[in-house]
Amino acid sequence: MQELLQWVEACEADAIDEEDVIRFDHGDRTFAIYRTAKGSYYATDGYCTHEKFHLSEGLVMGTIIECPKHNGRFDYTTGAAKRTPVCVDLRTYPVKLEHNKVFIQI
Amino acid sequence: MAVKMRDYSLTGPENKLAQEKGLATADWYISPIPRQRLKELMKRKDGPAIRDTIIMFAWLIGTGMLAYYAWGTWWAIPAFAIYGISYASMADSRWHECGHGTAFKTPWMNDVLYQIASFMDLRPPTPWRWSHARHHTDTYIVGRDPEIAMTRPPVWRIIFGEIIHIYGGTRDLKSVITHCFGRLTAAEKDYVPVSEFRKAVWISRIWALILLGFITWSILIGSILPLMFVGLPTFYGPILLLLVGLAQHLGLREDVLDHRLNTRTIYINPFFRFLYWNMNYHIEHHMFPMVPYHALPALHEELKFDYPAPSPSLWAALKEVIAALMKQKNDPSYVVDRPLPATANPYYYGA
Repeated sequence: MQELLQWVEACEADAIDEEDVIRFDHGDRTFAIYRTAKGSYYATDGYCTHEKFHLSEGLVMGTIIECPKHNGRFDYTTGAAKRTPVCVDLRTYPVKLEHNKVFIQI
Repeated sequence: MAVKMRDYSLTGPENKLAQEKGLATADWYISPIPRQRLKELMKRKDGPAIRDTIIMFAWLIGTGMLAYYAWGTWWAIPAFAIYGISYASMADSRWHECGHGTAFKTPWMNDVLYQIASFMDLRPPTPWRWSHARHHTDTYIVGRDPEIAMTRPPVWRIIFGEIIHIYGGTRDLKSVITHCFGRLTAAEKDYVPVSEFRKAVWISRIWALILLGFITWSILIGSILPLMFVGLPTFYGPILLLLVGLAQHLGLREDVLDHRLNTRTIYINPFFRFLYWNMNYHIEHHMFPMVPYHALPALHEELKFDYPAPSPSLWAALKEVIAALMKQKNDPSYVVDRPLPATANPYYYGA
């Protein structure tokens, strides 16, 4: 059965600093919303795929997010795992900007 | 009556028990720090680690040359003591920091120094990377943490044996040999993912070839001199690494979810801090492993308000550890609880 996707308002665009990440919870799910130094926005699952630690506490370096607990890394624009102990890619979500608000499709 | 010891292995019943108690992969206490300040402290740089790596190798070459020319005289004893202690201590701290990927900003620099430092300390790099990840997930959770330095009650024979790294070194060499046959040890299988097995096996095979080369060289020239520079330093030079290692967590609590309760921050002299790459700020490191070694003193200043007072010296920390271990010999439940400053949040004991 096809999954029904919806656009959900996550935050104000300026709620995220450049080259940073914040947490967004929706229902029983949690996400990480990123803003690059160039002002683009991305969204991924909130928890690291290695162990259950939230990426919003981590460090953004360019398009890389580093997990706060074990320093595993992902490219948050693609979800690709980039450094052990991370071995499994991160799920990403489409993002759009409307009226200075960030929406993610989930 | 004999004092009963818990099963510290990862393959015993304590592992499941810890999971049932909610102590495994749990949420740990984190001290409050403004995000902006933390971002400044987490910032990666290449400069400090490049400088320190050049100093490290220059120091090892210098002390190594002194030891080489002293060989055959009594001066060889202090010369090799300096070389070996420096070699083993710096290899350990570089292994550790590069394993976290925080020493350098440039990822390949971390990876290269990680592999070199792992070999210097004869510490198989792949299992140890995962073992250390588990140590950070489940710090001093019995049955989960593979890096608990000593059981309760303590086994003094092991502590004294580690002066020449006889237990840890033998375990690591056995691990290398096991990998050479295409397998991982039972404990390693608990924390190393299957996808990493092949890498562990091939690195150990390369190491075995290098070590066999040094052993052959020593046999051919009828002297252990080559092995005194590569291979043996991890056995004759671990004393400082052992002492700071014992002071990191021992005598404090197990099975809690607050690093302020199970980890010790210690003030040590600048030379030791260079050898140890600031890992004396150990509570800070465990709570915020993304902060590189060169920023730990600044992080320490930020978090003093929430931490117990640091041990004033390595000697003071060791006295506390040894006194606690002696008490734990008869009473394994004995732990040192350090008061928090009035500004601190209360301790979090967890589940």
